[in-house]
This record gives sequence, structure tokens and C-alpha cells, in this order.
Amino acid sequence: MSTRNVQIVRTTTWSAGPGCHGGCGVLAHVKDGKLVKLEGDPDHPWNQGRLCARALAMTQYVDHPMRLRRPLKRIGERGEGQWGEISWDEAFDLIEQRMKTIRQDFGPESVIFSMGTGRDIGPWICMLAYAYGSPNVMFALSGNACYTPRFAALDTVQGDYCVFDAGQWLPDRYDDPRFEVPACMIVWGYNIPATCPDNLFGHWIVDLMKRGTKIISIDPRLSWFASRAEHWLRLRPGTDPALAMGFLNVIINEDLYDDQFLEKWTNAAHLIREDTGKLLRESDVVEGGSRDNFMAWDDATDQAAVWDAGLVEYKRPDVNPALSGDCEVRLVDGTTAACRTVWDAFRTEVDKYPLDEVEEITGVPARDIAQAARFYARSKPASIHWGVPIDMTPAVSPLCQAIAALWALTGNLDVPGGNVISRFAFDAVAYALPGAEGVIKLKSKEQDKPRIGADRYGPFNKFIWRCQTDLALQQIFTGEPYPIKGLWIQTCNLLAGIGLDPKKWRDALKQLDFIVAVDLFMNPTTQYADVVLPAASFLEKEGVRSWWVPLQSINKAISMDECRSDVEINFELARRFDPDFKWGTTHELFDDIIKPSGLTFEELQQKGWAFPPEGHPSCPYRRHEKGLLRADNKPGFQTPTGRFELYSTLREDWGLEPMPHHEEPPFTPVSRPELAKDYPLILSTGRRSPAFFHSEHRMIPWLRQIEPSPMVEIHPDTAAEHGIDNGEWVWVENWMGRSKFKAKVTLVVPPWMVMATHGWWFPEKPGAEPGLYDVWKSNINQLIPMNAQGKDGLGAPIKHLLCKIYKVGGREE
Amino acid sequence: MAGKPEYGLLIDYEYCTGCYTCQVACAQEYQWPPGTAGIQVLEVVQKLPNDKAYLAFLPFPTELCILCAPRTKKGLEPACVKHCMAGCMKYGPLEDLSKELGNKPRMVLWSPR
Repeated sequence: MSTRNVQIVRTTTWSAGPGCHGGCGVLAHVKDGKLVKLEGDPDHPWNQGRLCARALAMTQYVDHPMRLRRPLKRIGERGEGQWGEISWDEAFDLIEQRMKTIRQDFGPESVIFSMGTGRDIGPWICMLAYAYGSPNVMFALSGNACYTPRFAALDTVQGDYCVFDAGQWLPDRYDDPRFEVPACMIVWGYNIPATCPDNLFGHWIVDLMKRGTKIISIDPRLSWFASRAEHWLRLRPGTDPALAMGFLNVIINEDLYDDQFLEKWTNAAHLIREDTGKLLRESDVVEGGSRDNFMAWDDATDQAAVWDAGLVEYKRPDVNPALSGDCEVRLVDGTTAACRTVWDAFRTEVDKYPLDEVEEITGVPARDIAQAARFYARSKPASIHWGVPIDMTPAVSPLCQAIAALWALTGNLDVPGGNVISRFAFDAVAYALPGAEGVIKLKSKEQDKPRIGADRYGPFNKFIWRCQTDLALQQIFTGEPYPIKGLWIQTCNLLAGIGLDPKKWRDALKQLDFIVAVDLFMNPTTQYADVVLPAASFLEKEGVRSWWVPLQSINKAISMDECRSDVEINFELARRFDPDFKWGTTHELFDDIIKPSGLTFEELQQKGWAFPPEGHPSCPYRRHEKGLLRADNKPGFQTPTGRFELYSTLREDWGLEPMPHHEEPPFTPVSRPELAKDYPLILSTGRRSPAFFHSEHRMIPWLRQIEPSPMVEIHPDTAAEHGIDNGEWVWVENWMGRSKFKAKVTLVVPPWMVMATHGWWFPEKPGAEPGLYDVWKSNINQLIPMNAQGKDGLGAPIKHLLCKIYKVGGREE
Repeated sequence: MAGKPEYGLLIDYEYCTGCYTCQVACAQEYQWPPGTAGIQVLEVVQKLPNDKAYLAFLPFPTELCILCAPRTKKGLEPACVKHCMAGCMKYGPLEDLSKELGNKPRMVLWSPR
């Protein structure tokens, strides 16, 4: 290839393309308007020149013959696969007219706006939904079980999210003197080759290992980390909360915790009433006292003292709060209440998990748990990185509480090399995310009222501004409390990727009056749309990215026919739906979002990226000590008590267990022994592939070649028992249905579990019904039910179902 | 290119994660059809005593590997080495790399041509 006349455009990956959650700096080599090569940007502090297989395959992606290039209008029946090309003006006019009619007849909330994985779409789909007037933005996974639950759970107990520290906040990264290499890192349900979820670069962990970080791997599979771990805990999927409680048991009872953090920064000293089992409030004790203030026992004066949550300190000076012990407190009505401290209650909860019982639940030997817990607690600093399996269980929130207590009690929160509070760069926030209000918002609280699930689930009124997905799907069928008539689907493959029980989603699509799908390729879901709009890849668009640090711009390198970026598509329609729409151009919108950085979008494009300076709330470390986390600049956390909450005030208010604990998931050999008789193997799904991001990339030759067929991993003993050889097609079946996979006979999985890959459809097959790109052939989601979310509406049993396996064409078939 | 091999690839397979970056980077650089590349990633699941196992990956240079002569002539690293996400590949003179080979265990030095 001649390098003459090649222009190099510096930009940032996010969304369509590699499919990940973005952040890598890249150099796009463009010749005569065409992408000829994509390379990692060696100057970019995020990836330092490196790049993944999916980004390196972009030349096969952008110009793929199956790319959608012009707006399409359905001609035949839904699913028939008959389409006619229309212009953008025609498409916008049609959508405007149909959606305005629905709004007029049924109200704006009767249209749901559906998105998938963490894309450069969230802000723009919210912008469109809110301009239309609908609060029903949907992340389409059951139990909203990806990232949002972890976010919400951490906001509940510590007021901010946090992630492992790889110096990503600092331009010089590992070389910055402020950074410290963690001595130990727990990698909890995460596998490296698929690299980069949750706004992190996966291989940063490898960078840390090379610098001395030792790994504790918690994973039922022999992952890459498990092979290289100091301690590998092979737990039964879904028993993570019990394991975390076991860790806490060791750390607390062996006195391995940081008592200074405990005393100074947690609500350990606050009192709980024995009679109600709830926090003792100032209003219980003092006439006219506030319900938002709490009580502790002052050992100095031997009486109760008021914790003023607004001032984030005790009302009286020199209080010496008791962490432990029973006390009697005189109440406002003259009676007394026996109370104990949060710390005592927390210890009682933790003591319910002696290691022999944790071994019984998790299958991990007690000795191994003890050794790993000690190793984590004694290593300074130490961090925990958790993967999406944490979200993929109905007890996600109590699990997050337990894990958060681990990093808090070991003094690893917001310290160098620990779990570092992650805020949007410069606090530049585009749209409503847990704990953050963006520039894109609904016009009024009134408009938010009909949001599906908001009336039922506490976190959905405090941190989560989406509809609850299981309830949304139900409402499409029931029409209660109001009908759902339209669906806007933006790069969200409901039938092949994100939808559990996907035939139910297909039936739901058939019920709706009007569906728009925005995507880059036709897929099983787009088959049911009335209008399909061609979206741009990241190389064909402009954008801003403030998800953690640094602040980055996405710069347009090429154009592809009539494809338009998600923001441009939604911008045009938002303007049509909302006469008061705030912004005149997308650049004005970007300027508004990044205003806190002091940069304009054009200035940011010139710079490429920008790091918040020391002293800014989005630059670490130890911000709770410096008063950088709270709006009032007082030291502490953004929680109802201002403290890290071992006992959650919010969960108490929501009527949920305020402390961490284990809940056996709904479909396991323990909870459903009768089902396990017919379906004796644990079915886990969703192991990551370096070749694909969820349901994407099956049409990209270089990537598909890496993993040509859907696979189920089976242990050699289990395979032999079923007469299954490596590479043979097998059925994976349970009470929901069955799907076909190629057996990968491997020691990576234990004999009692199989791991089936997710997101499969076959772009090379016919798309029209009934084929739908063979989406029902190997779709593991057909074996996973909806409506098994946790008590707070979050989490779903995606990692721990039950199944049986048998050979395709074999005796059992 | 006649004569004795002078340059090679040093692989630290302790850290190869099996991300397939090298394979696709090579395919992109030379526009190889799918399934063809100058380097191929092998998965090695090792069965060990006492029900233990070890998962390793290894980038293996194929007959097509030209050690990225067109790139190295310009002072660039080979495409696979440049993009390797684990940073576990190094290009250089065999003489230098063979010295580094002894720095730590789980290394292999390839001399493809």
C-alpha cells in the first residue's frame, strides 16, 4: 500500500466499531476518503499505542457490503424483509408524523426508547426521549443487569462509584509519583482477552501484574487470571455474596481491618433500635429533631449524641462515639429504647457466615477463603476489579455492599493503588446517570412520574433514570397502567443479544404500532422495524466522552454514504418534537456538556484529551478527606449520613435489608433441587470473546474466523459421560427451550458447569421470517427467563441457570 | 532475503492473554484473507497433576511472517508488536533478544526467517 496522500486523523474509539465502552486513542489512516488502516495512538495515555482485534478490523467494518447506507422503510409485512430506500427527509417526516400521532393519542410515555451496552448513545437517546416527553428510556437487559446495578449500589453506600487504580487519572500514568502499584488485586468475575468493559482498558491489569501486582481470582472458570493467581477461588456461580461475607468474616474477626477508617469514615457508631430494627434518628429522641440526623452513644459523656448529617459532624464537640456495646436511649415520648451500634449489627450479620458454611454454599475450601482474605487484607494497597457477573444475579445489591465493605474496611477506598472514586472528567456529565445529573434532562419531575418501575423500586427513584426492563416488557403485553405503542431501538439487538426469553421480545415487537431501529447492519431485531436508519461508526462521527478520565473528543475521519451519527439523527428529531429544544447545533450541545472543563468542543478536538487538575473532584486521591466529593465541600461521602454506610440508610427507607448478605439465586441446584434432577448441570453464559462484542461482529471476516461457531465449553469428564467429542454439535436444554452449540471440550470449566457463548446469530443466513438470520438456532437467551430480577428491581440470573446437554442427532434427541 | 536469520520476536507467554490482536494487526497490515496471517495465536490448556490446569496462549509466527520488513525499515515496530495489548512481544536483533530471554521464565524466542 502506498502511503502517499494518506491523511492521519487522531480520534477516540467509542461505540459502533469495536463495540466496547471506548476510550482508546487511535490514528485513522485515510486515503481518498477511505479508511486504509487504523492504528493505536502511541501518544495516548489510555492505550499507549495498543489496540484490540475488533478495532484493527475496522477496515472490514466501515465498508462492509452489509452496512446499512440509506434510510429504509418497510414495504411488506413486519418480518418479511421487504424494504424500500427513502431519503432522510422522508424518514424524518414519517417518524415525526407517526410519533406525534402516538403522543397525541396515548401520551409521550407510550413510546419506549431502547438502548444496549454502554455506548455513545445514552445521552442522545435520552435527549430524544426527553424532547419527545417520554421518561421511558430502557436499557433492554432484564434487571437492568449491566453496570447500572453496581453503580446504584455503590452510590447507595458510598455516594460515588469507584474502580481499580491503574493511574488512568494521571497523564504520566504508572510513572506519576502520586500513583502506587497495588500489591494485590482481586479480579472478581472478569476475564481479560475480551478486554475493555466498564470504561476501563482490560490490559491495564496486565500492566500492573508486570509491576508486581499479585492476583486473587474469583471465577468458576479457569480464566487467564485464575491460571496466574496467587489464590484462585472456584466458586459455584451465584454464591458470590456468601464468599464476600466469608472474606469479611475473616478480616473482621482476625482484626485485619483499618480501624481508623472504620471510626472516622463509616457510620459504624450510629445506633439501631432493638425494637424496630431501624436506625435511631434525632426525631426519635429530640422534640423537633430531624429524621435525617442520626444518633450515636458518646462514651465521653455517657449519653446519646446527635450526628448532624447536614453538618457531617456531631452536634456537640468532643464526642467519643462508641463503636460497640448496648445502650438505652430515652425517646421523645418518654419511653426508652434499647439500641446497639451499626458495627455490632454488621458484625452479627458477618458472623452468620463462618467459613465452613461459606464452603458449603460456595464450594470453595474454607482454608482457601481464609488465605485469600488474609492476603487481600494484608496487602497494601489492594484493589478489587469486578466484572458484569456481579450484576448478573438478583442479589446484586447486597453483593455490592459486601464487596464495597471489603475495600472500605481495608482502607483501600480512594487511595493510590486501591479502589479509586471515578467521576466524570471535570464533572462534565451529558445525561442522567446514577449519582449525576447531566445537561440533558427531562423538563419536569412531572414528566418522570409515569416511568415504568419508578413507583415500585427504590433505586429507580434515586439513582436510576431508566425504566425497569422486566416491567416494561410486561407492560407492552398488558397495557397496564398505560399502553405502550411505539419503540425506538438504537443499536440494540433485542432478539439476538440483550433480550432474555427473546421470543417474548419478538412477540412484543409484533404488538407495537410503530418501531424505528437505528443500526449499522440489519439484524434479527431490525427485521421488525417500520423504519431503519443507518448509523455511523465512531470513525464517521464527532462526539465527546467524559466517562471517567480523561475528557476526550471523537473526531470524524471518514464518511460512509448516507450514514449519520446517533447524535445527529436524534438531534434532528428532538428539534422537531420539542419547540423549546435548547441547542441550535450539535457543537453547541457538545460545548454545553463539556463547559465545566473550560474548553469548547473545538478546543478539545485540537487537544484530543484533557486531564482534570489536582484538586478537582474528578482527580484523585483521598477526596473524602479533602471535602472534594460533596457539593457542600465538607469532608465525607455523598450519602445520607455523609459516611460510608455499612448499614444503608437508603435501603432501610426502601424497605430492603440494609446490610450485605447472601441470597441463594432462583434457579440453582440448591434453590430448585427438583429442577436439578432433570437439568443437572449449571448453565452459565456470556463468557467474553476477543472477537465479538455481544451480538456484533459476526459478519466481520477477520473476527468471525477467530470464533466461527457458537460454542459451549464442557469439561472432558462431562463430555465423555455424554459421549460428546470436541467440535460436535450439542443441544443445551432446560425447561425454557433448547439451543445448539459446538462442544469445546476443555478443562477451563468444572465438570458440574457448562459455559455457553451468547449473542449468536448468522448474518450470512436469510433475514426474513422465519429464518431471522437463524437467530433461534444458537441463542442461549432462550434458556433464561425474564422477571427474575432482585428485590430492588435489579440483577438477573444470567450466570447460573440449570440445563442438560446431549448430542445433536444422538440417542437422546 | 538470503543468509542467516538476524532478527526475531521475543514472546513473554506468561503475559499473552489470547486477545488475537497480533493476528488481526497482521491481517490488516498485509490485507490477508481471513484465516491467513503472519502470526497465529495458539491456545494451550495444560493438564497438571492434582486436578490442576494452566491456560496459556502463544503467538506463533507462520510461514508468512516477514518480520514486517516494510515497517521496520522505516523504524516502525512490526504491526503485531506495536499493537500487542499485553506488551508481551518484542522485535529486535536475535543477539540482543537472546540475552533478554534469560531475564525471566516463560519466554520463547522466534526466529521466523
